[in-house]
Amino acid sequence: MTQVTDSAVTADLEAKPSLISRIGGTLGLMRESPVGMVGLALVLFWVLMALIAPLLPLYDPLEQIMPLQAIGAAAPDGNTFWLGTDHKGRDILSRVIWGSQRVLVWATLATVVAYVAGMLMGVVSGYLGGWYDEVLSFVANVLLSFPVMVLYVIIITYLGASGINIVLAVTFASAPGIMRIVRGLVLDLRNRDYIFAAQTRGESAWRIMLIELLPNARGPLIVDACLRLGYTTVAIATLGFLGLGLPPPEPDWGLMIKEAVPLGSFAGHMMIIPAVALSSLILGFNLLADGLREISLRD
Amino acid sequence: MIEFDENAPVLEIRDLNLSYWTRAGEIPAVIDFSLTVDKGESVGLVGESGCGKSTVAMAIMQYMGNNGSIVSGSIKFKGVELTTLPPEELRQLRGAQISMIYQEPFASLNPSLKIGTQLTEVTMVHENISREQAHERAVELLGDVKLPDPERVMDAYPHQLSGGQQQRVVIAMGLLSKPALLLLDEPTTALDVTVEAGITKLIAELSRKYGTSLMYISHNLGLILEVCDRVFVMYSGEVVEEGIINSVFTWPKHPYTHGLFGCIPLPTADKNAAPLKPIRGQLPLPHERPLGCNFGPRCDHFEAGRCDTGVIGMDIARENNDASRKHRVRCVRWDEIDHGNDLPHGDSKPPMDFGDTVLEVEHMQKYYEIQDRSIAALIQGRSIKYVKANEEINFDAKRGETVAIVGESGCGKSTFAKVLMGLETTERGEVRHSGNNIADVPVRKRDAKQIASLQMVFQNPFDTLNPSHSIGAQISRVIDKFGVESDKDKIKDRVMKLLDTVKLPRDFYYRRPRQLSGGQKQRIGIARAFAGHPSMVIADEPVSALDVSVAAAVTELLMDIQREHQTTLLFISHDLSVVRYLSDRIVVMYLGQIMERGTTDEIFAPPYHPYTEALLSAVPIADPEVTKREILLEGNLPSVLNPPKGCPFTTRCPRKVGKICDEQRPPEQDAGNGHIIACHIPLEELRKVEPVINVPPPEARGHTAETAES
Repeated sequence: MTQVTDSAVTADLEAKPSLISRIGGTLGLMRESPVGMVGLALVLFWVLMALIAPLLPLYDPLEQIMPLQAIGAAAPDGNTFWLGTDHKGRDILSRVIWGSQRVLVWATLATVVAYVAGMLMGVVSGYLGGWYDEVLSFVANVLLSFPVMVLYVIIITYLGASGINIVLAVTFASAPGIMRIVRGLVLDLRNRDYIFAAQTRGESAWRIMLIELLPNARGPLIVDACLRLGYTTVAIATLGFLGLGLPPPEPDWGLMIKEAVPLGSFAGHMMIIPAVALSSLILGFNLLADGLREISLRD
Repeated sequence: MIEFDENAPVLEIRDLNLSYWTRAGEIPAVIDFSLTVDKGESVGLVGESGCGKSTVAMAIMQYMGNNGSIVSGSIKFKGVELTTLPPEELRQLRGAQISMIYQEPFASLNPSLKIGTQLTEVTMVHENISREQAHERAVELLGDVKLPDPERVMDAYPHQLSGGQQQRVVIAMGLLSKPALLLLDEPTTALDVTVEAGITKLIAELSRKYGTSLMYISHNLGLILEVCDRVFVMYSGEVVEEGIINSVFTWPKHPYTHGLFGCIPLPTADKNAAPLKPIRGQLPLPHERPLGCNFGPRCDHFEAGRCDTGVIGMDIARENNDASRKHRVRCVRWDEIDHGNDLPHGDSKPPMDFGDTVLEVEHMQKYYEIQDRSIAALIQGRSIKYVKANEEINFDAKRGETVAIVGESGCGKSTFAKVLMGLETTERGEVRHSGNNIADVPVRKRDAKQIASLQMVFQNPFDTLNPSHSIGAQISRVIDKFGVESDKDKIKDRVMKLLDTVKLPRDFYYRRPRQLSGGQKQRIGIARAFAGHPSMVIADEPVSALDVSVAAAVTELLMDIQREHQTTLLFISHDLSVVRYLSDRIVVMYLGQIMERGTTDEIFAPPYHPYTEALLSAVPIADPEVTKREILLEGNLPSVLNPPKGCPFTTRCPRKVGKICDEQRPPEQDAGNGHIIACHIPLEELRKVEPVINVPPPEARGHTAETAES
């Protein structure tokens, strides 16, 4: 009988690749996608800002110092308002940086919760099929038939503006879409021989769904999650802009833009700075998703 | 217009070198390749996956992709150099002068266009003729490929045709412009054997009719023998041996070619007396080819200093007046090696003793209910239809025995396996495993012991392992689940022992499926099936997706483990040559019913069921000495939703008696010793039938080739 020795296989053999080394591997591949690298840089920049916000020599974002100072104006204590102040005299630089923390935390939380719900719905309707599928697909179709914005407004006005309710609203709006993707992936994966193998050794449906099926759907889902983080960021900012977002006076990018609107061109920096911050983060997520898709298509 | 030299060979490839450019650098895909195809000739390119045979076809079509390019050499078509032809002129050539037929017929046809539109387009583009003329020509060719009612086919969409019909349409499309050269890349691999036989015969007929030269690309030596005049055996980017079919097949000179014949279950092979002899080692990766002979590291005749230095060219092993018909071989030692007259085979093994009956199947039936939601069905009040996947299945299997279930797609063999495994249940009839009826017990209601004792090896090696989990984790789970061991260290120990059993290194424990080759994955699949000491294993075409040399190794491994554990093996396959080689008894199924069952010898000798007879005739055998009686089946498999009322085979049976076949279920006739034939034709008559396959005795070998040579 043949003794198999495959040098190519031996070459990239790693004993139990750790999560860190696998993320490192993905980053290595990412270097081949310039678009993805730009996206990654933008996202990492804001994540870093959010993390080190408490360490930076910033004004308190709520402290009202001098209203409507221009970019680079001198502050009364001898420092500089690098990005000016708003109509209530709060430092815009500080508010943008603290605002990034807020938007990242809630966008991530909302996306994660939406994913947990969507994946569970998708894997159940895709794998179990039958009535589960009929009912879940019907619910998903009803939710998807609402324009997303209308759904947000209905939920938030009904439940009131708070972080938890934003998470809830995003979950309601996103989970059906996630469910559809997962369901489609599972419908394909469930006919693989390794699923039959699991069934024929008597594994429970839950184990097959969570351990045998879902991990193999991860590729397209990671790309989708990045895109959805971007959408959720938009959603949170839009809700803020409509006054349905996180309650003031905590800094919130959407709210900052809303506050600038009545002042118009009189205080352009109040509008442009949070808008640039917002679009750079969303662009970052979208480019990152593009890059991930690009490298996932490569092999 | 391009000027052709009609006197030049249809295709002339000289010293072709072809490379792909990847991140790792230049990877030579085809090295030093020369080939000539004359008008009306049929040549075969044979080799295992990755040997470069498809790349040659792509080079002829000049479809090299972004990263492939011709490094040196020339490709001339009727005297016209293709490598330097401008794209505009190439386009005139493709489809008109050179056509290609691919493996998957359903991927070659556009699903959203009618067949007629797709066929007329070819001639309208290339010959600038009117729609009416194009239509006429298309209908004529559909008639040529023996599709019934061509006008109806013209109006059909691809999904309305069966796989065999689709491939006929693709062939018609390829021949529409009466090309001088037709490239066929595994044209019948996706089809059933009885359909394949019809298609290959049809291609030969049409090539004679239109004077088309053929170039077959295949991994199947038997098919190449049946359809080609000359053969080129490729290994790792190079042609290692070429010549006229009979010469190469009778006197293979290159150790690789010779070894290949030891890997395929020819009628002379026997699982006990003359088992298959796999070629050791693996195909070298293109960027890790050894110096000198590429086959060197796997060769039994390797000689250091001669085989591992320099460039090895083609040498003439057998003269022929015609330069292109010489038997050439790329081996420095070809005239020193004495392969003898026998094909290679492994060491003989003692025959197995069979024990008690492990599996008994009695009157088993499995119907699927289908809701017909059409309005017509609602009005008629017949909204439920039945698919009779299994009808009256009766057979048994003993301990240590190998029973094969043979049949083409749709015969119900997979449904039967699902019932055995508990993925489907049926109340009709009984399936007793070790005495307990399991037909109506779904897998979730079976206890661990029962589940462990009945396991399965799956068909597709690329699908059999979960890509997300390591090999170790996957086998450990089975051992834990079946309660073989529960202590963590002991489980790991068991996994290591199983890896030893399937002859894989122990560090595979930590690997992920994507790091394994197809053959290695299938070995893990076998290890997983045998983890719980099963009394019976179902193997569903376990080697059909593997290359010949790998398949031989996996087949031998499976049988060695079976021998060691005295396991009953239920082997599901469509390939009668593999089945003849490894099974003790055979069950032949057609459309959910058993047509014939008996020992292997009984099935392969008269009396035959007419379906078995056709099946035997259809299987290509890679041995020029073996002669076969030709039986071609007309028509397609009937739909399982609407099977014939009487005998299921009646619509295609060449020996149909008359009305009785259409109306009455055939009786099970016992030809002795439990050899059952379900047919209306009396046994005495079936006994008079000539054998389909004639294998000459060993002492008579060698004559066919001598006569063919002169």
